[in-house]
Amino acid sequence: MKATRIATAIAAALGLAAGAAQAQISDNVVKIGVLTDMSGAYSDLAGPGAVAAVKMAVEDFKAKDKPAFAIEVVAADHQNKGDIASNKAREWFDRDKVDVITDMVTTSTALAAMKVAKDKNRIALISGAASTLITNENCNDVTVHWTYDTYALANGTAKAVVKQGGKTWFFLTADYAFGQSLEKDASAVVVANGGKVLGSVRHPFPGTDFSSYLLKAQASGAQVIGLANAGTDTTNSIKQAAEFGITPKQTLAGLLMFITDVHSLGLNATQGMYLTTGFYWDMNDQTRAWSRRFFDRQKKMPTMVQAGLYSAVMHYLEAVKATGTDDTQKVMAAMKKAKINDFFAKNGYIRDDGRMMHDMYLAQVKKPSESKYPWDYYWIRQTIPAEEAFQPLSQSRCPLVKK
Amino acid sequence: MTEIFGVPLPALMGQLMLGLVNGSFYAILSLGLAVIFGMLNIINFAHGALYMMGAFFAWMGLTYFGIGYWWALLLVPLAVGVVGVAIERSMLRWLYQLDHLYGLLLTFGLALIIEGLFRDQYGASGLPYEIPEQLTGAFNLGFMFLPKYRAWVIAASLTVCFATWFLIEKTRLGAYLRAATENPRLTQAFGINVPLMVMLTYGFGVALAGFAGVLAAPAFQVNPLMGSHLIIVVFAVVVIGGMGSILGSILTGLALGVIEGLTKVFYPEVSATVVFIIMVAVLMIRPRGLFGKEK
Repeated sequence: MKATRIATAIAAALGLAAGAAQAQISDNVVKIGVLTDMSGAYSDLAGPGAVAAVKMAVEDFKAKDKPAFAIEVVAADHQNKGDIASNKAREWFDRDKVDVITDMVTTSTALAAMKVAKDKNRIALISGAASTLITNENCNDVTVHWTYDTYALANGTAKAVVKQGGKTWFFLTADYAFGQSLEKDASAVVVANGGKVLGSVRHPFPGTDFSSYLLKAQASGAQVIGLANAGTDTTNSIKQAAEFGITPKQTLAGLLMFITDVHSLGLNATQGMYLTTGFYWDMNDQTRAWSRRFFDRQKKMPTMVQAGLYSAVMHYLEAVKATGTDDTQKVMAAMKKAKINDFFAKNGYIRDDGRMMHDMYLAQVKKPSESKYPWDYYWIRQTIPAEEAFQPLSQSRCPLVKK
Repeated sequence: MTEIFGVPLPALMGQLMLGLVNGSFYAILSLGLAVIFGMLNIINFAHGALYMMGAFFAWMGLTYFGIGYWWALLLVPLAVGVVGVAIERSMLRWLYQLDHLYGLLLTFGLALIIEGLFRDQYGASGLPYEIPEQLTGAFNLGFMFLPKYRAWVIAASLTVCFATWFLIEKTRLGAYLRAATENPRLTQAFGINVPLMVMLTYGFGVALAGFAGVLAAPAFQVNPLMGSHLIIVVFAVVVIGGMGSILGSILTGLALGVIEGLTKVFYPEVSATVVFIIMVAVLMIRPRGLFGKEK
């Protein structure tokens, strides 16, 4: 009995010690886990480039702020599978004492990892995933959705195209949660702006040959074909639309396109397309300076996902420094209090639902003749103010939002 | 306008035509698999990766050496064939005496390695390859607008498929090959170099994959994952046609392309699955495949 009592006392003492240490930086190390797609279809738009962006943020923070604590970065491949993401997150939190996980490129991995983060009371900073579920039904108080979402994409691109006169739409939709949610959001925007949706076709994911669906879209006579898909599905759709003479008679609207997709297709196939993005490297001196440094490491210009990650990790590290702790609730409070001002966002802020509010940009892909140097791909046609770009809090389905 | 189940006839014809284009790819890939399985008893899982390699070689030829599409059509299959010969000489030939499973595992591993190397080097988004100038534009068939390039795919792949069938089934060389498979020792006793023939057969089989890769490059993005998307369907085609049956794999490939095309009209969500539904049905009713011979 006595032995048990002593053991209990020791455990209690240790617990106290741990509690005391938590007010500081645990183990004097801040550990950042980058959970991303290292090898699959999205490894170009996130992947190794995402890890590089996080490392750049850490290096810049160390050089600028000379922190007293050490910072470590670990990375893993979530293979775009939810179960792998949640297992890895759990292992990182429990065994490796990771304080914050970042990126998560697909909706399934993001939803899985942010749930584990909530259970273990650590922070999740999502950059790659797109679904609005993250800040609505599935929202929690330890997650921030940083870069973009399906609402902002649909809203930006669909509204602009309808305003340009593209009133009738036909959707080519990837047959899974992301594609369906994108189609739903975009249809609402089209209708709200006085357009009409003539129909849609849902293709299995991933696909190779889209000509059948494109012929259906052609037969519908719609002015605009909305591509509610991503990655190689989008690039193949665009390429084949040109082959079948669908473009330029009908216009394509890529609802989720990254600069890596444009780079991969070339300007011949993509010229004139509208797209919404959270970041473009060639906007001002600040974006150019950062992007060139990124380019020197990766030999590619950054996507919005990679740029957003840098911004998120930097903001997190500054909050850790300001509070002098890596305690989740305190750091989250500090992150929500401070404005985000860097090359990625101007006066950005984090809402109660976890949405990081920043301006989005409506871009149009240049003609080959207009592109003067490598990666000179976009005209920025319009800056969409944050309040207009993202879903208003009044429509939020997140329980954390007080109405 | 005439309609079939609510689909206008011209639209249906268009979709059949597209099915035939996809069927041409299935036919030429499953043919390569069938040749290799028929002659070597190897289930070549690296076939998809070699098809991808063909597309990449075409892109590399154009980008680094300025070799155009038409030369690529000739040179790339040779290059992929050489890679195949190297694989056969260095690895596969040790496995002929063993169970099929070993060949399958080896080639599957090779496929992962090859794909990994290309992905590491060129990224996952893929690279563009333009349609050759002579084949841009389209034919107006009345019921549809058929890009010239797609028509060319059908013509080229059918020609190669039937030439292959003729070579194996109707010529003296083909007869040697078939004899070497049936009874290697006896054939060797007649003074025919069996290991050489086996090596060349594997090289030829994968050269077909390389050829399909060049055909695919302008139609689809050149992408490190393009082979793995296709290979499973192609295996299903081979199973349906009957393992090792030359003519069977050609006809089944075309037919399944057309069936898949029709599914895309009536119920697109199932179009990725329909081939496997047919495979299950065929395996239940006729396990050796539609054209397979009883062994």
